[in-house]
Amino acid sequence: MAEFNHRHLLGIRGLSRSDVETIFATAREFKDVINRPIRKVPSLRDLTVANLFFENSTRTRLSFELAEKRLSADVVNFSAALSSVNKGETLADTVRNILAMKVDMVVMRHPHAGAAHYLSQKIDVPIINAGDGTHEHPTQALLDSFTLTEELGSLQGKKVCIFGDIRHSRVALSNVRCLQLLGAEVMVCGPLPLIPKHFSSLGVKVEYDMDEALMWCDVANVLRIQLERQEAEVPFFPSLEEYHAQYGLTVERLNRLGVSPLVLHPGPMNRGVEISSELADRDDAIILDQVENGVAVRMAVLYLLAGRLGGSED
Amino acid sequence: MGPARILIDPVQFRLTLDRLAHQLVEEHGDFANSALIGVQPRGVHLASRLHTRIAQILGGEGPRQGDLDITFFRDDFRRRGQPLLAAQTNLDFTVEGLRVVVVDDVLFTGRTIRAAMDALLAHGRPANMELAVLIDRRFRRELPIEATYIGRRVDSLDSQRVRVAWSELHGGEDRVELWNPETEHG
Repeated sequence: MAEFNHRHLLGIRGLSRSDVETIFATAREFKDVINRPIRKVPSLRDLTVANLFFENSTRTRLSFELAEKRLSADVVNFSAALSSVNKGETLADTVRNILAMKVDMVVMRHPHAGAAHYLSQKIDVPIINAGDGTHEHPTQALLDSFTLTEELGSLQGKKVCIFGDIRHSRVALSNVRCLQLLGAEVMVCGPLPLIPKHFSSLGVKVEYDMDEALMWCDVANVLRIQLERQEAEVPFFPSLEEYHAQYGLTVERLNRLGVSPLVLHPGPMNRGVEISSELADRDDAIILDQVENGVAVRMAVLYLLAGRLGGSED
Repeated sequence: MGPARILIDPVQFRLTLDRLAHQLVEEHGDFANSALIGVQPRGVHLASRLHTRIAQILGGEGPRQGDLDITFFRDDFRRRGQPLLAAQTNLDFTVEGLRVVVVDDVLFTGRTIRAAMDALLAHGRPANMELAVLIDRRFRRELPIEATYIGRRVDSLDSQRVRVAWSELHGGEDRVELWNPETEHG
C-alpha cells in the first residue's frame, strides 16, 4: 500500500512522484463523492480547520472551504483585512491565538514567500500552504496536473508551456516542479521582464516568442496578468493591448499556427488580455474542470494530512 | 505466516457459493428491483462470483452489481499512523428504491458493515438492505449487526485470522484458511 508521510503541505518541493500519485488516486475518489446525491463524507467530522488568508483570495478560499465542509470538518475563516494583524501582532502570535481555540489544521495564504515554512517551525499542527507570495501554491499545481492527467493519461514526456506573468505568479514554480515530477517537459514563455532569470536553472526551456512556444507544446497553461502588481516605476510591458498582441492566446493564433494545445487557466481570467473570450468559452475548454478538480484535490490533501494526526484523545 | 488450516476446501467452497446464489434467487426472484453490492476490497470478489452464478441460474446478464468503497466512512480514521487509502467505488446506478444486498467476505466486528451502510446511503435511499457473507466469525461482534445470508459460521480465537483465498487473486483453488497467531511472525 502506498504511503503518505508528510505532516504539512508547504510546497511541491519535498513531495515524491508517488506522493503526488497517491494524492491523485485519492482525489479521483473524492471527485466521485462530490458528484453523488450526498456530496459529503464524515472523515474529518471531529476536526476544525482554520483558513487563514493574510492576502485576498476568493476562489482558493472558497475551494478550500468547500473541500473542508465536504469532509465534514468544522471551518473557521480569518482574513487579514478584518484582523489584528493591522494592529501589529506577529504572524506566530496570531496563529497561536487561533490554535488556542482548539484548531487542528491550518490552511494559509500569505503575501510573503516562506511564511508557511516559518509557521511550520513555530506551531504544532499541519499546515497547508495556499500560496506564499510568489513562491509556491502547491494545491493549484496539483489540481492543474490532476486535470491534465484526466485529459491525457500520463504526463510522461508531454510538453507543457506556462505562458504569461511568471514573475508575479505563485503558481508557476509549483507547476514547474509538479510537472517535472510527473515526467513532463516544461517551458515558460512571456515577455523578458516577466520571466525571472533563475527559471532557467530549474531545467525548463525559456521562450520569448509565443508562436514558437505554441508550436512546441501539447498543453498551454495561461497565467493571469496580475494587473495589480504592474505598478513598477518602469512598466513590465507597454500596455495591455500590446501584451495581448504579443502574448494573447486567441483562436486566430491557434488556427494560423495549425495547433490545438489543451488550454488551462488558473483564473481569474482577464478576457481580451492573456486569453480571448472566444477561446475561454469553447466547448472543449477545461478551465471549469480545473475548478471542480480543485475541490477534489484539496479534499485529498486535507484527508491525507489529517490521516496522520493519529490517535485522537479517546 | 505459518501453515494454515483449511476451513473450507475447494469443493465445499463451490457448494457454499451455489447455496448462497440459490438463496438469493429464492428471495429476490429475477433481481428486477435488486442489486448486489460488493464491499471493497475483498467483498467485490464474492459479489462477482455470486453475480456469475446467479446469471447462470437465471439466464441473461445477471443482476445489477456495484463495488462500494467504505474508506471515507470508517471509524478508525486517525487511529493509525497512516492515512487509510481509498479503493474505487463503481456504482453506475442509484440505489434509490432498490433492494440492496451488501456482500462481504468475512463478517467480524461489524464495523465495516456499519461503514458500508453509511456509505451506501450517500448513493440514495434503498428500499431495504441485506447482508450476504461467506464467513461469519460470530462472538466477535462489536456492533449489533447480523448477516442475512451466511456461507459458514466460524468459531475462532480473537487472535486467529481467517483468509478467503480466491483463485484469481491468490493462486491455487478457491478456499478459506485459518491462520494461527503463534506462527504468524515465523
